[in-house]
Amino acid sequence: MATKAQSAEGPDSRNSGDVTGEGGVRRRDFLNVAAVSFAGIGTVAALAPLVVQMSPSADVLAMATTEIDISKVAVGQRIKALWRKQPVFVAHLTPQEIASANAVRLGDLRDPESLAERVKPGHGNWLVVVGVCTHLGCIPLGTSEGENKGPYGGWFCPCHGSQYDTAARIRAGPAPRNLAVPDYEFTSPTVVTIGAKGK
Amino acid sequence: MVRVIGFLVGLAFAGVLLISLITGVATNLSNPPAPLASEEFHLPPKHLHLSSDGPFGKFDKEQLQRGLQVYTEVCSACHSLKLVSFRDLRELGYSEAEVKKYTADWKASKVPSVNPDTGEATTRQPIPSDTFPPPFPNEVAARAANNNALPPDLSLIVKAREGGAAYVYSILTGFQPQPAALLKKFPDAKTPENLHYNPYFANLNIAMPPPLTTNGQVTYADGTPATVDQMAKDVAAFLVWTANPELERRHAAGLAVAIFLLIGSILGYLAYQQIWHEAKRAVRITGPLEPENQVKTRRAKARQGVAG
Amino acid sequence: MSFKWAKPYEPKHPLAKWFDERLPLPRLAYGAVGGGYPVPRNLNYWWNFGFSAGIFLTIQIITGIVLAMHYYSSADGAFDSVNQLIMRDVNAGWLLRYAHMNGASFFFIAVYIHIFRGLYYGSYKAPRELVWMLGLVIYLLMMATAFMGYVLPWGQMSYWGAQVITGFFSAFPLVGEPIRVWLLGGYAPDQAALTRFFSLHYLLPFVIVGVVILHVWALHIPGSGNPTGVDVKDERDTLPFHPFYTAKDGWFVGAFLLVYAIVTFFAPNYLGHADNYIPANPLATPAEIVPEWYFWPFYAILRSFTFDFILPAKLWGVLAMFSSILLLFFLPWLDKSPVRSGSYRPVFKRFFWLLVIDVILLGWAGGGAPTPFRNAVSQICAAYYFLHFLVILPLVSRFETPLPLPSSISESVLHGEAAEAAPAGQTKKRGRAAAAVVQ
Repeated sequence: MATKAQSAEGPDSRNSGDVTGEGGVRRRDFLNVAAVSFAGIGTVAALAPLVVQMSPSADVLAMATTEIDISKVAVGQRIKALWRKQPVFVAHLTPQEIASANAVRLGDLRDPESLAERVKPGHGNWLVVVGVCTHLGCIPLGTSEGENKGPYGGWFCPCHGSQYDTAARIRAGPAPRNLAVPDYEFTSPTVVTIGAKGK
Repeated sequence: MVRVIGFLVGLAFAGVLLISLITGVATNLSNPPAPLASEEFHLPPKHLHLSSDGPFGKFDKEQLQRGLQVYTEVCSACHSLKLVSFRDLRELGYSEAEVKKYTADWKASKVPSVNPDTGEATTRQPIPSDTFPPPFPNEVAARAANNNALPPDLSLIVKAREGGAAYVYSILTGFQPQPAALLKKFPDAKTPENLHYNPYFANLNIAMPPPLTTNGQVTYADGTPATVDQMAKDVAAFLVWTANPELERRHAAGLAVAIFLLIGSILGYLAYQQIWHEAKRAVRITGPLEPENQVKTRRAKARQGVAG
Repeated sequence: MSFKWAKPYEPKHPLAKWFDERLPLPRLAYGAVGGGYPVPRNLNYWWNFGFSAGIFLTIQIITGIVLAMHYYSSADGAFDSVNQLIMRDVNAGWLLRYAHMNGASFFFIAVYIHIFRGLYYGSYKAPRELVWMLGLVIYLLMMATAFMGYVLPWGQMSYWGAQVITGFFSAFPLVGEPIRVWLLGGYAPDQAALTRFFSLHYLLPFVIVGVVILHVWALHIPGSGNPTGVDVKDERDTLPFHPFYTAKDGWFVGAFLLVYAIVTFFAPNYLGHADNYIPANPLATPAEIVPEWYFWPFYAILRSFTFDFILPAKLWGVLAMFSSILLLFFLPWLDKSPVRSGSYRPVFKRFFWLLVIDVILLGWAGGGAPTPFRNAVSQICAAYYFLHFLVILPLVSRFETPLPLPSSISESVLHGEAAEAAPAGQTKKRGRAAAAVVQ
């Protein structure tokens, strides 16, 4: 009775007297393992849509490209525009600002980049940068009239004191990189389109 | 106690229902509801076969492009397509440049905008990331321009009507003069002035004038002859896409999931059989399934006069 | 948990022992669904649907949480958030929406089969009355959740369904209309109703989970019933839940999910109504206002009362509709036959199948416009429904003669003929007295 009762418990018991042959044990386990693995793979595969749905949806990715009319920005003036819900600075550089930017030795820069690398050919007097400090994300001052431009004549971040030069490159303070230059193009002499190639 | 109250409640409900039944049947017999023209002359949708039909259906991109052309040149004057973005047209096989051009050439409507200098409300040409702007800014304007009828948005029309694409196709090709038989039987049911007889429409008289009237109304870019029938089919197919843009992806994923679950269930079933085979072999089950007990049960049933 | 031969949890791995000493959660799981929960060995496939229902509850919660990340609960934006944002722009949004939509239907399919299993096999009888009543509470919560969920896309059926269902309350004299306005937060379904329905729709499934835990806990005290209705006597009658019933539930749910997948991927709108793809319009009533299919029988009962007899017909309809579910709470006391399983109650069995046909006919009647023929069918079938539970069952259980019951689920340990006690009911004695001999 006892053995019968025990084998009634099923394959948990080591008493495999009810299974025919040596190969029987492995066949049984294989089928169970196969079935459970299938269920496991299915569960993992089912996770894919759950994870992927949090990624930016098509309407977010299809980012409105922002067109900025620069016809009214005088030499030496800067404006703030909005692109992808973030501020963008457009600066109409003066010859002095260009000269002081070019005078800097690249080796002295924390994030070496020349002004030429940060502007479009043929439009060397226009600087377009994302107005978000590369330290912790505050918006640096220096765009609007009367704002503190910092000792390098560019921008100054009030949160932790990062100082940018006229080419918006980091010169002093905790920020690690220069203000980012977004993907943009001059769709006409007076219109800058940012995110034109974005998708 | 519960059973007494329950008994009475049950009889009460049954009683009131019986009264309702009797009065209902009596009213129906003495005063049968008058037959309606729409009941007798309404037609079910015509049969329409599209490449997107069935579990393995796929879109015919050429047909979708033709359908888009019909929508653009004929329907967009009155019907909005508010849930579709211009960028979605890439799925019809157009390149990014083609979509940009199509959007720049869009004539039927404009996107509401704000004048950046004065702040006044104005309009602008759509860009690909916009949805199709509606031809009328609101329902009042739409009705004012259409004899108080509201042309429905077409983005989901195929899912929003019984019969789907076949219904749309039938409406577009179903305009005809009111049959004499109808006028004879229901002289009051003459189609009113601003409506048009169409037996595929629920109450037979639709506010929309026939939109597709002549062959060649649209000149297809791919050279397909644009008969009324062809245009109706193509725009119906296009509207299947607007309502179900994910159709092909859904069918492909469905096939994969179904095959996976089929194999998984079979494996599971075999594993189950194996696990239980040992249990069943170890212990003989008795009870109603045991032959002796089945005989006993049959005899007892026979004695009680209860059928098997 | 319930039988003395249940294998106790004995962790071997040191980590398992460490954990068990601090929080006996694996012990609880082992005793509830593992090798430590003995289950009658003769369960048939009608017993699979409880687990299937649990799987669909899980699917609904997961897809629901994820959909809520994209849904806007504003009367202006809800329809577009579902039909534009989720269906077109959100990655795999269409899949999540269709899965959630059809998951609700399949949850109800599993639960209806599960309920009818209970009705046939007497699962509601002592000592499982609370299991039954908790199950009914789950069912009521499901109906509330499903109703509110259907309102959220703010289509024509969403809006008008909300109008009709909240309109029930105005049938009650005096307090009815104030309650209706309080529920809606307004005079008609509008923004206030939508946001509160969203909040409650998100909450109730978790309440359902809690009640499900109580439901399973209450079941595990006496242990599961079985198709014979005869109590478990000793360990030869049972098998441990794992691996026997985990395997059986597992493969079956795979097949059930296959059917679900075929509907979700290839006919996702088959169980729904086209009118809900039209944005809600408070000024235009749809040609037919019908709820989702799982409410059709109740809708038929509601509409079948057409005559003002003392009370207005509308009030009769509402009372009858609520009573049709509430009377089920009293079933253990309406049907007091000590024989549980319909397999041994031939008269009861016939009426059971009549009930099944009746409910199917009620469903058909509730799903379309109230023509005279449909009305007549509703009235007859609704009358039968009430008579079945309130008049027929009490009488049948009192006067029927059940068939002989087996003495145990499996062969008795002693093998003896004496132990296989002579089956009851051979004489013409009243069913109750004779059956008492067996137990």
